[in-house]
Amino acid sequence: MDQDAYYRGIPTVPYDLLKEIVLALVASGVVIIALALALSSPDVPPLTIRTWAQQDPLDFVTTATSELGGTSFSAAYGPPYTDGSASVQTIGPIAPQRWAGNAVHLDPTQDFVLGPLGTAAIGNADLAAALHAYGSADGATQQGWLTAYSGALGTATTQNGAVVVAPGDYGPVPVLMTNLLGVARSGGLDGLLLSNGRFFETNYTRPLLFMGDGGYFAGLAADQHLLGSQWGMMNETGSYPGQAWLWLYSMWYQIPPYNTAPNADLLVVLTMFALTFLLAFVPFIPILRDIPHWIPIHRLIWRDYYRWRRTHPDPGTG
Amino acid sequence: MSTPDSAPTPGSTDTSWTGATRRFLERRLPLAHLLPSRQPFFVGSWVYVFGVVAVTGLIWVIGSGIVLAFFGPGWWHVSGVGRFVNSVHFWSVQLFFVFAALHLWGQYFMASWRDGRATTWLVGVVIFIVGLVTGFTGYVSQQNLDAQWIALNAKDGINGTGAGAFFNVLDFGQMYGIHVMLLPVLVTMLVVLHVVQVRLRGVVKPIEPRAPAASGDRPTDVAS
Repeated sequence: MDQDAYYRGIPTVPYDLLKEIVLALVASGVVIIALALALSSPDVPPLTIRTWAQQDPLDFVTTATSELGGTSFSAAYGPPYTDGSASVQTIGPIAPQRWAGNAVHLDPTQDFVLGPLGTAAIGNADLAAALHAYGSADGATQQGWLTAYSGALGTATTQNGAVVVAPGDYGPVPVLMTNLLGVARSGGLDGLLLSNGRFFETNYTRPLLFMGDGGYFAGLAADQHLLGSQWGMMNETGSYPGQAWLWLYSMWYQIPPYNTAPNADLLVVLTMFALTFLLAFVPFIPILRDIPHWIPIHRLIWRDYYRWRRTHPDPGTG
Repeated sequence: MSTPDSAPTPGSTDTSWTGATRRFLERRLPLAHLLPSRQPFFVGSWVYVFGVVAVTGLIWVIGSGIVLAFFGPGWWHVSGVGRFVNSVHFWSVQLFFVFAALHLWGQYFMASWRDGRATTWLVGVVIFIVGLVTGFTGYVSQQNLDAQWIALNAKDGINGTGAGAFFNVLDFGQMYGIHVMLLPVLVTMLVVLHVVQVRLRGVVKPIEPRAPAASGDRPTDVAS
């Protein structure tokens, strides 16, 4: 573009681009450093399996029992974690969540309970026997134990960090859960859930999903105003601003039909895709590209120009 | 290798790739446009500062992010200096997004895509979107309660689109690597492209005081 021709007839003024950038860098730096010194930044320590088991052993055991029985939220979730379908979101016949299948591979019964207990059973004859008994039982028997034990947990109490249930026919399940709770309270389960047979590990899918299946984690999040119903995306722990730029994304979750739809996540994502597409292609979309002409904010922004134009009717054709 | 006698002189007779590229850049992006010392007088509005501040906010984000990346993701949780650097990172991100949003809305109400600047607008929107993803991967890389909860809840939206099969927000290593390497490079490249696009064509002229339907500039709104 020939800028001389484009701006023909319009006066120019001295302009120091680099000076403006440097001044802006310094000014923004002063503001940022002042905010950093005065307000610091949020850093509530992460939840661990150990803390969860110590602070709310009943919630931990209840969750672990659902993992053992394959009835937890994660077990039923579906792709990309499991073969379930409870959390698969669809629009009509379209289910993109299924397209790549069970890519992350998760077996909550084995990964969260039986696998760690198998490691912990080394040197623990009672636990080894309980694991053998559970593994040797048929599915119906296992299910009977789990159903009875899950029901008993509804009236269970905690004493000195242990979960106490009414007497009943639970098979080896109480031994399994008592040992899993003990390993969790010691901090051992945090490591066992990450163990992958190699040395290095950075994938926290298993412990996060396990904690997410319980109620304790959600309670902590609610206290910090992080739940979706609390516009959680825009909040941070400790009343700090969060990702405020996601206000529109967060807003859809608060209003019908999104806030009651079983496929709300997919609907919101697709809505945001559509709105982002519209935003990106505003220059090509009638009405959207005309709104700035109709709303005279530009007359405020360029008020000096329009004042000048009153006495200079023809600034050039460009 | 060419001998000195046979070397082409710089100019139109130089048919090498390098020479052609140089001539293209000299023609399309002369230094006088890249580093202007005069501008049309209407550039005096404060609206033009929003984009500059967003860029400087990004510079603070990247600078503090480099320090955080150098010392590792656990450092700032146990070091007072680290906590301060993280705070600079945190607040510069907030500043960047505030001014990026102000810049975006300012440019919208100026209809800055006019006269062949549609691709400049398009790249600006892409920067904002990539910035959102960069911010998100940063939030889930914090290694604190907030990071855990954001990751746990964000997975459902991402899984719903099918992206969870290859973009696992519960995998800290994947999120951290993307956050400290791929996305900052992408954002920086896009911002450089965006600024060059602006300097290439100059700022758009004010909307002329006449009805849109009669303005005659509609066809050039979308010309690239």
